[in-house]
Amino acid sequence: MADFGGDAEAFRVEARDWLAQNFPPAMKGVDLALTVEEPTGDARLWKARMGAKGWGVPTWPTEYGGGGLTPAEARVLQQEMARIGARNPIGGMGVMMFGPTLLEYGSDEQKQRHIPPIVRGELRWCQGYSEPGAGSDLAALQTKAEDKGDHFLVNGQKVWTSGAQYADWCFCLVRTDPNHKHEGISFLLIDMRTPGVEVRPIKLISGVSPFCETFFTDVKVPKENLVGPLNGGWTIGKRLLQHERNSLSGGGGTAGRFASGTPLDQLAKTYVGVDGEGRIADPDLRSRLIRHQMEAKAFLLTLARAAAESKGNQSPSNATSIMKNAGSKVGQDRAELAIEIMGSQGLGWEGPGFEREELEQVRNWLGGKATTIYGGSQEIQNNIIAKRILGLLDHQ
Amino acid sequence: MAVLTEEQSMLRDSARDWVREKAPVTAFRKLRDGAAPLGYDPAAFAEMAAMGWAGVVIPEAYGGSDFGYLSLGLVLEEMGRTLAASPLIASSLAAASALVLGGTDAQKQAWLPRIAAGEAVATLAVDEGARHDPLQTGLSAAPAGGGFSLTGSKTFVLEGMAADLFIVAARTSGARGEADGITLFLVPADARGVTREKRTLADARGYAAVSFDGVDVGAKAVLGAVDQGYPLLERVLDRARAGLAAEMLGMAVQAFETTLDYLKTRVQFGQTIGSFQALQHRAAKMFTELELTRSCVEAALSAIDAESPDTPQAVALAKAAAGDTLHLVSREMVQMHGGIGMTDAHDAGLYLKRARALETTFGSTAWHRDRWGRMAGY
Repeated sequence: MADFGGDAEAFRVEARDWLAQNFPPAMKGVDLALTVEEPTGDARLWKARMGAKGWGVPTWPTEYGGGGLTPAEARVLQQEMARIGARNPIGGMGVMMFGPTLLEYGSDEQKQRHIPPIVRGELRWCQGYSEPGAGSDLAALQTKAEDKGDHFLVNGQKVWTSGAQYADWCFCLVRTDPNHKHEGISFLLIDMRTPGVEVRPIKLISGVSPFCETFFTDVKVPKENLVGPLNGGWTIGKRLLQHERNSLSGGGGTAGRFASGTPLDQLAKTYVGVDGEGRIADPDLRSRLIRHQMEAKAFLLTLARAAAESKGNQSPSNATSIMKNAGSKVGQDRAELAIEIMGSQGLGWEGPGFEREELEQVRNWLGGKATTIYGGSQEIQNNIIAKRILGLLDHQ
Repeated sequence: MAVLTEEQSMLRDSARDWVREKAPVTAFRKLRDGAAPLGYDPAAFAEMAAMGWAGVVIPEAYGGSDFGYLSLGLVLEEMGRTLAASPLIASSLAAASALVLGGTDAQKQAWLPRIAAGEAVATLAVDEGARHDPLQTGLSAAPAGGGFSLTGSKTFVLEGMAADLFIVAARTSGARGEADGITLFLVPADARGVTREKRTLADARGYAAVSFDGVDVGAKAVLGAVDQGYPLLERVLDRARAGLAAEMLGMAVQAFETTLDYLKTRVQFGQTIGSFQALQHRAAKMFTELELTRSCVEAALSAIDAESPDTPQAVALAKAAAGDTLHLVSREMVQMHGGIGMTDAHDAGLYLKRARALETTFGSTAWHRDRWGRMAGY
């Protein structure tokens, strides 16, 4: 541990200097990674500088524009950015899921073509995995890609394609052999501007449309867009899901969701009132809030432990497999407690008579229902723990 | 598992090996069936002490290794796995901590080297009722002849039948329910007026009811400050609670692994019952709770080692999490084993019983949850 600290500490000076010269102070606390509009002014400048430096994806190799930093240096960079309130302007599915997967499985030509625009935050990617008949049983997917000599002809429908209405490209699992379930799937990259691609946003119970249906009708996809071997896409697709799970259960996903907003005890004291001792007046609610806060603390301690263990070069922590279920439970519980505390005010949908936080909580509660469904549902996560970690067999 | 130092890894490995070889569940079963008078095997404890485990939190100057609480927790976790009975928590952890934190040099010299060597067993005598509540201390310590005279009784004293020394919480002023007025005393078990009677609980360990009938002690028997013993007692109890949580974690891990083995071998309807999703998901739930609990237990032990101001809250979380998780796993251990899990010949019942005894010791899950909530502003 001691000697890895040395080089990383030397890097701290470099990171601090570069940030001092390149981070526009007006961008303090501003998160660009998930915004849809093209940035302007300081935001545009910050994104361009980080993109050119490759530090939005600090550990990716420099030959494709990445930062080329060691994990220890990347942590130092993160600390230095946090110190001055700088948020990483480079994000999205290209960074979190597709990029790491392509770096592992793509050809050199594919990496040269697709990685640099992700590094610079220029292109948005979406995920073409789920279909109406293939949710948790993803390998049942039917969108087919026929070999037409110099191209694949793609026909079918994807669903829950997050951000498809804004995406430039889609990484897609397609069926290239109808006779083999898992071994008949290929990993294909599709330009969303190709004729025959149609996107329809889906309105959710929370009132927003983060997901789309995406239809492919006689879409011609060049052969060079196949990643990995023909019919070898399932392995690549599963690897990508690991990256997805990690990003969903880490700082950006559910963990962030319940760390924000007014603390529940303050909320409860405001809306429910206090007893003679100054405690939340409803003792049943109080005890459930305490239980929830302790579960949240246990989850945060587990995140920290898993991080420490991976730093300490032990074998990969078993704790990571529980993160998605544990984190999504805490997030959903928090949202339900918040609206319960606020009573009718916490159900405010729109219009006058409601505080901003009240309107947010109701959307947050509804939107959060997705966290135990997407990225492998709660039940699929339990299957994974049972089979991969605990070694229990499939039912025959 | 926390990131361990090389010494900690070695300590854990040696504890694991020793426990498997010398203190498997069958060893505890033999003690129980033989109605061992002390609730543990003194020869086995002597071996543990010879390996240094009784001195892990005792400074080197007093015969210990000063390895810290996380280190002792590793040993306790391994002991919990096989229900190994010993005075490690009562004496080497709780009483030793009381002396280290509150003792004068003379008091430390008198007891710590013997505790570290396993030659003396010391224990806390705190509770006076069925439920843990140190503020309700009522045993009276009245001034007498330059010292004090102790009168009252204590219940469910851990290793109370084996103890050579009781660290007694007594009331020198104030009323039950008040923190002020509680004083800790060192009372040798052979002092005139001390009597004890075995209390046999479901977990078959060495509890005692201890009576103090006009026990005269000198002023030098006071541990810490007169009337101001409560803050010291809380710090000591938190160390004991963290150790209990480590033992509970070890028990839960083993109960889970034993159950998992059964799921993989028991065949019904032509397949192992572990292939049924209804059981797989319950197993996954237990695994999830075990991982969360491990984080809490290790955080509490580390907080003590770091002398963190968050220690009381970290300990309350650990004890509560360990209590919930151990109940979940030990209940499921019985249920998933079916009829065989109901038999005395099977280990499941031993875990189920011990789980309840540990949960209620030094504050139940509900008690610690309320305590955590108060500290968090709820």
